[in-house]
Amino acid sequence: MTDLAADIIKKALAAGATDAECTISEGEEFSASVRMRELETLKEAGSRGVGLRILIGKRTGSAYTSDFSKSGIELMVKSARELADVTTEDPHLGLPDPSELGSLPGDLALYCSDVAQLETPFKIAQAMEAEAAALDYDPRITNSEGGSFDNNLSRTVFANSRGFVGEYRTSSCSLSAVPVAREGESMERDYWFSLARSFSGLEKAADIGKIAAQRAVRRLGAVKMETQKVPVVFEPRTARSLLGNIFEAVHGESIYRQASFLAGKLGQKIASEKLTVIDDGTLPGLFGTSPFDDEGVPTRRTVVIDKGVLKSYLMNTYTARKLGMKTTGSAARGITGNAGIGHGNLFMERGDKSAEDIIKSIPNGFYVTELMGFGINIVTGDYSRGATGLWIRNGELAFAVSEVTIAGNLINMLQDLEYIGSDLEFRGSTAAPTLCIREMTVGGK
Amino acid sequence: MGVSESFFGDRFNITERDLERYLDEALSRGGDYADLYFEYLATSNIAMDESIVKSATQGVSLGIGVRVISGERTGYAYSDDLSPEKILHAARVAACIAAAPSQVEKVPLQEGPRRNLYPVITAPTETAFLDRVDLVKRADKCARDFDPRVFQVQASYADSLRHVMVATSDGVLNFDRQPMARLNVRALAKQEGGPPQSGHAGGGGRVSLDFFLNEKTPEHFATEAARQAIVQLDAVEAPAGEMTVVLGAGWPGILLHEAVGHGLEADFNRKGTSAFSGRIGQKVASELCTVVDDGTIRSRRGSLNLDDEGAMTQRNVLIENGILRGYLQDKLSSRITKSPQTGSGRRESYAHIPMPRMTNTFMLAGQSDPADIIRSVPRGLYCANFGGGQVDITSGNFVFSASESYLIEDGKLTRPVRNATLIGNGPESLQHVSMVGSNLELDEGMGVCGKEGQSVPVGVGMPTIKIDKMTVGGTA
Repeated sequence: MTDLAADIIKKALAAGATDAECTISEGEEFSASVRMRELETLKEAGSRGVGLRILIGKRTGSAYTSDFSKSGIELMVKSARELADVTTEDPHLGLPDPSELGSLPGDLALYCSDVAQLETPFKIAQAMEAEAAALDYDPRITNSEGGSFDNNLSRTVFANSRGFVGEYRTSSCSLSAVPVAREGESMERDYWFSLARSFSGLEKAADIGKIAAQRAVRRLGAVKMETQKVPVVFEPRTARSLLGNIFEAVHGESIYRQASFLAGKLGQKIASEKLTVIDDGTLPGLFGTSPFDDEGVPTRRTVVIDKGVLKSYLMNTYTARKLGMKTTGSAARGITGNAGIGHGNLFMERGDKSAEDIIKSIPNGFYVTELMGFGINIVTGDYSRGATGLWIRNGELAFAVSEVTIAGNLINMLQDLEYIGSDLEFRGSTAAPTLCIREMTVGGK
Repeated sequence: MGVSESFFGDRFNITERDLERYLDEALSRGGDYADLYFEYLATSNIAMDESIVKSATQGVSLGIGVRVISGERTGYAYSDDLSPEKILHAARVAACIAAAPSQVEKVPLQEGPRRNLYPVITAPTETAFLDRVDLVKRADKCARDFDPRVFQVQASYADSLRHVMVATSDGVLNFDRQPMARLNVRALAKQEGGPPQSGHAGGGGRVSLDFFLNEKTPEHFATEAARQAIVQLDAVEAPAGEMTVVLGAGWPGILLHEAVGHGLEADFNRKGTSAFSGRIGQKVASELCTVVDDGTIRSRRGSLNLDDEGAMTQRNVLIENGILRGYLQDKLSSRITKSPQTGSGRRESYAHIPMPRMTNTFMLAGQSDPADIIRSVPRGLYCANFGGGQVDITSGNFVFSASESYLIEDGKLTRPVRNATLIGNGPESLQHVSMVGSNLELDEGMGVCGKEGQSVPVGVGMPTIKIDKMTVGGTA
């Protein structure tokens, strides 16, 4: 496939491109789901695609196809070439400097052969076991949306006209359970999952089912609270979403457009000194890791926020040039088009207080276990989302709460981070420990 | 038209005999039902930012999905290669789900009735690229000219043309050609001493390019995006807590999509995991509310000649005068629950298993004058525009985010307020609807609905309505 990519680059240059980038992606997916102890769905397939982006001077055009035949590739090259004529000259357009291109050496543990070797009956049995553990945990678990085992294998090739050719494979598997709990009129569901590059890295099926069941049961009998201002604690699963909000706010495109509340704040104290946020695409075996980004630039460790001070935006080559800076190796795209921006493993450094101690310190507050909706405005920082969780009374998780909102503004929320927990763990490409924000508005009755 | 004259017959030499052979292979290990979904999708995208056309992309993807149903079990496989060997392989993989010899009597393929809800001769995807680039240029210019406080504009345009062919073991053979186009504009504005604010508008449908020249022009969407950004410059903090909420006509119909639509999809109800499970015939809304899901409205974004299982779409009454009437069924759910199909089986692509989904979901018009509705509120919130929403179908809790709203004081709209999320509970919220306007409007055609990782285009609509009690998630 690296030969094909190099060949496509040659064809693009022959067609009149001054520069070109080619991505080839190939993947296999498998999914088994069970429900109420019966097999429900089996899905298995593979697919591939190739994309080309060409530059003619300061103009660009892109095309993609799933047709790898000679005529399919020729049509793609022709399409991209035609589109370069309809775009406008952009002075900041261009590939990374050759000196910036490269790939991390060594084994990043992104591919583990144990995933490909798993037999279908075994994978079904794993899903069965996860769901059964949930169904058997408590008599109030009366129903289920099921258990599932999924795995993916992929191969990515990237080449450009500056001489870069790189390739890497990944594997992943995941196991999940989604039980439904019922007591009287109250019906609630929750989920738990484990995700790993290798089968051996997954949590045990029985544990996944049990945690999912515990989470569903504790939501039963939820009440709606009075509207009030209280400390809000985000458990790690919801705290990760705040990290997602920080990512959008340091996203190079939002920065140059001034469409972020953090635009122009580099070097300023934008958060509590307790907060340090790091983006690291080099950590072996994790889901935000890759040897190079989607422009062929090696991934790296970038300190985004250091003890509350904004240290770096996350940028690809284009946005870095717009801002007069250097790429942070954060280019991301599908198989075609201009590169966008993605993060590697984006995480908050752990604090020193356990989640238990944080909860204990709060006489009256809200512990958020699930967030709903899209009420976040990165331009202004306005934050308003639906929330579900447990009410904290005198330092204890006292009762379930739902159908309320939590609202504030991210500018203040980041400054008001009162505690950062010690319970940091990666589950996907972002990780945050338990967080406590001094005060937010809970909207309810 | 017959398979040989169809797009797939013409382009890939697929014959009716081939389809029979693939279906036989899919049922070779048993199973009750099998289907084939052929898809050829061409897409184009154009993006303008800082008055520069920064990107233009086009491409093609194609493939076939093979499904086998055995009892409540589904086996699924797909291929992005339409050669007979690859399709037969996919059929064999999907067949593995079946555990017992076939009970099914295969019905010979028979072409279904045809109609065309989107009579577009030249699809936008087939037009000259420069004509489409012109749309984003016009939008960019208009939004910038709207007000000197507008300082950033992003205009983007996307279209697609999908050819599909569905063949099933119970004899359905159907074809469709599905065009789609959408224009989006986002504007940022700022004034001295305040933070920037954004506004967004967009729309389109299963239309020809003329739609953007004659009906909803780039200037229409640009003006709307810029206007919203300017309005937000003077916005005050949103209120918090329960209050009377008036929702404007059109896109605020996303309330229905979240509050009741998802909860009425038959897969959740068959499994008993929806807050609406087992409630057919019960009162789930005030008697002023009649809600339908209609996939047959001409040229709409959520409309389809046939659903992605080859069944004709139709108009389905979900709630009639407050009473829950029916669920949205796909093939699997209708087989299991022995209910009629409703033409609601949809999928994102050939690589995805169909499931019950909405098309265009809206509330029928009522009797009230929209102006009277606002006049009747001493203190509350009027929401004119929304961003996205989400629902937890099991508890019934749903949210949707107001992107343009105003305080109502003494029956008059006063100050604009900042973005806030509204939250409610599906089977309960619509019980509090106390007035329904005479002004039913459908949205402008930009909805995307996500479910279990699959995105499909949808439409929503509503007249102005008054909800006596709803929780608003502001800070004031």
